[in-house]
Amino acid sequence: MKVTIDGIELDVPSGTTILEAARQIDTKSAPPAMCYYSTLKDSGGKCRTCLVKITQSSAQNTRPSMRLVPACRTLVEDGMVVQNNLSEEVLEARKGIVELLLINHPLDCPICDQAGECDLQNLAFEHGASGTDYKEERRRFPVQDIGPDIKLHMNRCILCFRCVYVADQLTPHRCHGVLNRGDASEIGTYIAKAVDSDFSGNMIDVCPVGALTDKTFRFKSRVWFARPMNAHRECTACCGKTVVWLKGDEVLRVTARKDDVGEVKDFICNGCRFQHKKLEDWVIEGPMHVDRHSVISQNHYEQLQGPQDA
Amino acid sequence: MPKFSLALLDKVQQIIRRYPEGKQKSALLPILHLAQQEFGGWLSPETMDYVASLLGLVPIEVYEVATFYTMFNMTPTGKFVFQICHTGPCCLVGSEKIISYIETKLGIKAGETTPDGLFTLKRVECLASCGTAPVMQLGKKYVEHLTEEKIDSLIEELRTHADFIRK
Amino acid sequence: MQILLENSSVAGIDQFDVYRQHGGYASVEKMLTMAPNDIVEAVKKSGLRGRGGAGFSTGMKWSFLDQKSGKPKYLVCNADEGEPGTFKDRYFMERLPHRLIEGLIVSSYALGVNTAYIYVRGELSWIITQLEDAIAEAKSHGFLGSKILGSEFSLEIYVHPGAGAYICGEESALLESLEGKRGYPRIKPPFPAIAGLYGCPTVVNNVETLAAVPWIVMHGGEAYAAIGIGKSTGTKLISACGNIRKPGVYEIALGLPVEEFIYSDSYCGGLLEGRTLKALIAGGSSVPILPAHLATTTAAGEPRLMTYESLFEGGFESGTMLGSGGFIVLDDKACIVRNTWNFARFYHHESCGQCSPCREGTGWLEKVLERIEHGHGRTEDIDLLVEIAKKIEGKTICAFGDAAAWPIASAIRHFRDEFIEHVSLAKDHV
Repeated sequence: MKVTIDGIELDVPSGTTILEAARQIDTKSAPPAMCYYSTLKDSGGKCRTCLVKITQSSAQNTRPSMRLVPACRTLVEDGMVVQNNLSEEVLEARKGIVELLLINHPLDCPICDQAGECDLQNLAFEHGASGTDYKEERRRFPVQDIGPDIKLHMNRCILCFRCVYVADQLTPHRCHGVLNRGDASEIGTYIAKAVDSDFSGNMIDVCPVGALTDKTFRFKSRVWFARPMNAHRECTACCGKTVVWLKGDEVLRVTARKDDVGEVKDFICNGCRFQHKKLEDWVIEGPMHVDRHSVISQNHYEQLQGPQDA
Repeated sequence: MPKFSLALLDKVQQIIRRYPEGKQKSALLPILHLAQQEFGGWLSPETMDYVASLLGLVPIEVYEVATFYTMFNMTPTGKFVFQICHTGPCCLVGSEKIISYIETKLGIKAGETTPDGLFTLKRVECLASCGTAPVMQLGKKYVEHLTEEKIDSLIEELRTHADFIRK
Repeated sequence: MQILLENSSVAGIDQFDVYRQHGGYASVEKMLTMAPNDIVEAVKKSGLRGRGGAGFSTGMKWSFLDQKSGKPKYLVCNADEGEPGTFKDRYFMERLPHRLIEGLIVSSYALGVNTAYIYVRGELSWIITQLEDAIAEAKSHGFLGSKILGSEFSLEIYVHPGAGAYICGEESALLESLEGKRGYPRIKPPFPAIAGLYGCPTVVNNVETLAAVPWIVMHGGEAYAAIGIGKSTGTKLISACGNIRKPGVYEIALGLPVEEFIYSDSYCGGLLEGRTLKALIAGGSSVPILPAHLATTTAAGEPRLMTYESLFEGGFESGTMLGSGGFIVLDDKACIVRNTWNFARFYHHESCGQCSPCREGTGWLEKVLERIEHGHGRTEDIDLLVEIAKKIEGKTICAFGDAAAWPIASAIRHFRDEFIEHVSLAKDHV
């Protein structure tokens, strides 16, 4: 199927979404996605940051779509023409949505463990406006533990539902979910219950913001002071392929590996994530690739090479 | 642990049979209504866990649904719950006045319960009764064309009724 | 013109026997002599449009139903009436429960459906009982159940209660709710006609829509199309409320002048003694509000009629919509700012919270309006409201976002002076 996105034409198989097609052209200029996650079934459609304009529905139907559509949940049709960054309407809509995602966000990046690797920070930087006219009170929820290893800062949550899909699709019995309605909606277990399945830690990695963070890493370090290294170990529960975040020889935290769009393809078990915090637990493969636009890359550690290696 | 009587368990099975096999989750709303009515007018965690067990659901599925719908009380209420509509059309014909009248009369604010546990006052959104406004939902009935006099006699009647039950 | 409410005042018409004596269920007997597709064609010819609010062609909706999937097909009646100003379905079901059942039977036959659900809002518990009784009566007389009137056609109808959520009136949220889930609208496509209830092909129709079908079967699509004007065919139930002398439900032939509907003693009976018309919300809280002069005449000076087209004349600048038929009249004592705040609070309360523009935006709108109404408004708040509404409108999963945005945008468009007066009298105005 032929699809044209921002003037660039490409061929994709039928069943491809606009977002996937746009990512094939270039992951950087593709629409931002805060809720869609390709490895989690049913995800997407909710945050509305990936809205794009269809200027021609298909080769047969040359009419534009009535409304902006979510790129993550809209399938490409043959001959479809899409505007993403070239459409003022799309950029304006996106700016509005970023603002709405931020009006109740605490903007507590200086004390948030996610800062530096936060999709909402990046989204605001790339697609947001410089200010807001929001002058009302912000919504507040208490900070909670959900399980022994995970901290929930509901104030920061954008209700992407990814953690719910992780619990549904990777763990045997989901015990947390989205409670209440409207802007009172919150992630929770309703009655104090530990989320303690063996794969629950993946909720942290799929969380696009600092709502779910690793308690074993809490306030230990800013991510850009840590050195992320690809590492592996023999594990019977998962693939054992991880990133260990080092400070000196200390393992500050362990995460799953993310691809170039920031998604985990191989989820890891809680054993690898929370219980193996010694350097000798791991075979270090080498530095994780860090995009040069990321604040984490300011360590320049990846480029540190001896003259003999050059 | 709450438990339905045999007759009600039979009713639960009847409700489940309205939906295709394997789709018993569809019975959740009707059974939550039944449970709320049966177990004290609200849904305690134990009640919801019981409903989950009846339908083969994990408890969180029930919590998620129960907290979404406003008819389910997540905390105990008074014996009689006055649910007054405060949406536009009712307000055009005096529902705000009725609410403050009840507040003064019962000495409580909307959202509260009288100390004797008899009355809870709630503001609710449109009850589809705009032509007979102002309106309140009281249990399974609507009381329409509300006036201060109607409120007076209603409260009187309910107090007598409660006394009667107590004796 | 009474097509739906005909016989509604007959004593005992909610009972099977009385209903039957007055010609009830005749369309079920007639349908068995017709091919299902003949009924679909008759409904197409009738021009009947969805009476829940969207006004989409019913015949068209029916013809989208996937007949080839091999999966069971469902018909779901949307009786989750909750649009502020709307109480026609409740009125109708209280009086004529059998007419709805009859409509469901003939529509199911036309669509090849063997299981139908009526999703009734949970607050209307007495109607749930009435409908269940009516279903039992119809069944005991052979009009429902297996092999209806000895034919090969079988149908079961079940009543399903809602539990307090306006959003479940949105058809895909209703289906989620019917599946026992939170009432979250689905991301479309796929539409219910392809993947609806339990992923099976499903038609969702409003009470009033289904109730019109027996008449169409009996009298033909052409006869129905002969009523009304242009593409607004047939009759419509209008629930009239607010500051009028005779609130209630009226059945009108589409095309009646708005002015006649407001002032005639056959309908609203005019406003209360000494009051004048200030504004009209013609189709439930979601449609744009109109000031008096645009309510009864279009911007071009033509008389405004109760039709889908005439009410929309002038578009969003100076028109509105027929919507659900929730007709709210505001007189000169009504405060537009207060009413707008009230509706904003309603939409904030009822937003399901699934998608971000609506979840966050409806709360913002309410907070700003609340400030203005309570004397803490600023001049720039007025344009801010318009800007927030734009950030929501057209960006959400379902039409709820538009429904929340339109009343505010239109109130400011037509009554800006009143908003300015509110902020200039603000307590902390500097």
